[in-house]
Amino acid sequence: MSKKISIRVENLSKAYQLGQIGTGTISRDLERWYAKVRGKEDPFLRIGEANDRSTKGDSDIVWSLKDINFEIEQGDAVGIIGRNGAGKSTLLKILSKVTAPTSGKISGRGRIASLLEVGTGFHPELSGRENIFLNGAILGMRKKEIQRKLEEIVDFAGIERYLDTPVKRYSSGMYVRLAFAVAAHLESEILIVDEVLAVGDAEFQKKCLGKMGEVSKGEGRTVLFVSHNMGSVKELCTKSILLTNGYISDYTNTSAVIQKYLKHNIKDSSIWISQQSTNDIALIKQVWITNNSIIANKLFTKKNNYLNIKLDIKDNIMFKTIGFEILTKEDISIFCSHDYDVASQHYTKGIYHLKIPVPENLRPGQYYVNVGTNDTDLSTIEYFQAVIDFEVLGSIEELKDLRPGLIYYPLNWSITKE
Amino acid sequence: MQHKEEHNWTIESKASLFDLKLNEVWAYRDLLALLVRRDFVSFYKQTILGPLWFFIQPLFTTIIFTFIFGNLAGISTDGLPKPLFYMAGITAWNYFSDCLTKTSTVFRDNAGIFGKVYFPRLIMPLSIVVSNLVRFGVQMILFLLMMSYYYLNGASFHITSTILLFPLIVVLMALLGLGAGMIISAMTTKYRDLAFLVGFGVQLLMYTTTVIYPLSTALTKYPEYAWIIEYNPMTPILETFRYGFLGEGSFSWGSLGYAIGVTMGLLVFGIVIFNKVERTFVDTV
Repeated sequence: MSKKISIRVENLSKAYQLGQIGTGTISRDLERWYAKVRGKEDPFLRIGEANDRSTKGDSDIVWSLKDINFEIEQGDAVGIIGRNGAGKSTLLKILSKVTAPTSGKISGRGRIASLLEVGTGFHPELSGRENIFLNGAILGMRKKEIQRKLEEIVDFAGIERYLDTPVKRYSSGMYVRLAFAVAAHLESEILIVDEVLAVGDAEFQKKCLGKMGEVSKGEGRTVLFVSHNMGSVKELCTKSILLTNGYISDYTNTSAVIQKYLKHNIKDSSIWISQQSTNDIALIKQVWITNNSIIANKLFTKKNNYLNIKLDIKDNIMFKTIGFEILTKEDISIFCSHDYDVASQHYTKGIYHLKIPVPENLRPGQYYVNVGTNDTDLSTIEYFQAVIDFEVLGSIEELKDLRPGLIYYPLNWSITKE
Repeated sequence: MQHKEEHNWTIESKASLFDLKLNEVWAYRDLLALLVRRDFVSFYKQTILGPLWFFIQPLFTTIIFTFIFGNLAGISTDGLPKPLFYMAGITAWNYFSDCLTKTSTVFRDNAGIFGKVYFPRLIMPLSIVVSNLVRFGVQMILFLLMMSYYYLNGASFHITSTILLFPLIVVLMALLGLGAGMIISAMTTKYRDLAFLVGFGVQLLMYTTTVIYPLSTALTKYPEYAWIIEYNPMTPILETFRYGFLGEGSFSWGSLGYAIGVTMGLLVFGIVIFNKVERTFVDTV
């Protein structure tokens, strides 16, 4: 029996206007309208170009998505990966009906639950219980449906004691847990998840992934999952879509797509700038690596390499520590370091520049960096995965040295003849 | 055993202008109720005086109007006790203007939610109208208390059978505010100027309807400009309201029919334009 198609996307495109929207648009609108009246093509859409944010184009219309075609079978878990700005979020927004496409068509079967953000519509003054109902209703659940699942939701979130406390008293971790729990229990045939797992502690992330895996494998629901965490994508999704500048550059089994993504992505990631806009907890602004004081992601020498982090502390009561982790491209953690490695720091409001030496004993190869900040009760404030990649280029001697192991660590052997 | 229906859906770049998605709104009725509850609960929780605030605003406005327009300017109140006359106008006008101003900023106020999750957007303005109904109800109680006070003191007013039109009047005010508000909200997502216009426009609009003067006075004093007042769809609504509760005012079926017509026109136009803008507003807001 052939599988049913759950989502079919045909010639989907989405154009965005760059720069100021609102100045001169009345005249532009009139011009558009006039073109339409004469039965001509929209004069401003025609001059659009592919969305490559690093090169400056001469049109202020860009195609965030251009002629996308794909099909997803029922029960499939599909990962969507790509650089920042490749069109991942736009695709999810269109699929969740938050915004309409510029052209093209999507047809599908079954109710969609989309989780572009956790806790949408949570009201700080309302209790956990009231927010479960409100959030559930926003996501499209009926009241009695929520009532039926209340116990399960509370249990999953692990917040039973705080159920009647206003959510403004919750720790950020509890807040996220509650929000995810509501969404995960929505009875839908299609689940769309956008990087929401970037918040929350590792244990909870595992739990969410488990829940989503259960959803797709056990209950035969379709899952679409956007993440920068290749590990999670690999774990959850059998197939993946790689988006590059608004085009689908690959749609096949996940490990092949990830390989391709990492290979192509290396050139672009020497400096990472936070996409978090005016969020008042946005702390990590920029991450980059310098090699002999020059921004680089290919490290030719072992010495004088530094990881640089720019921190913007707005609320020093919340913020406590920052740390990072270096992983191989196969997703194996090499080590992790925190600012309290030196001494307990006391931060005040302001912008900080942190400079951490990159260890000299990394073997030649490709690595990527995760960074994160914690608040006073050690819950995660921000956690970004694979913010930057870098490549350690070894000397000829090193490359010839085929000894196994994750790190290069020549030791001082004491050799005496007896 | 629950019957699971097969939902087949399509998302396209263009949608029919007259696909108002009202059945979808009905499917989300629980959300409407929860949003109203949220507004009410959060209003209580942040204040010390709580629902007392509902009273303070109309009460003080009435006092000021009585002094300035009633006594200082000496504008006629059709023989009704001045505070009662103003209170009737203010209570009704407040409901309309609250619906209008809150609805007109619905896209901006909810950009966060709208940008992250889909539900029929119409739910939001509807919840505003219903939430304000609670406030209107409280203010009506104040008005009724005032009426009974004046009645016991033997003031000259009488309730007429037109009071039976009260539910219709409330619905008309709500829908008129909703319709006009939705049109403005849809346009402010692109052209911000309108937001400023609404701020003082609504205030000025109050003077073109019969909140602080009776229609009869306007007709005799400014016969050539009175059409502005008569064409304001709020005028027949206010006049009917006053005529029903206080027995004075210019009530006619014709003018009420006109108000109903304008309301329906604005409402349908509002929903159509709202539904059109709603599809892509997150890109421009």
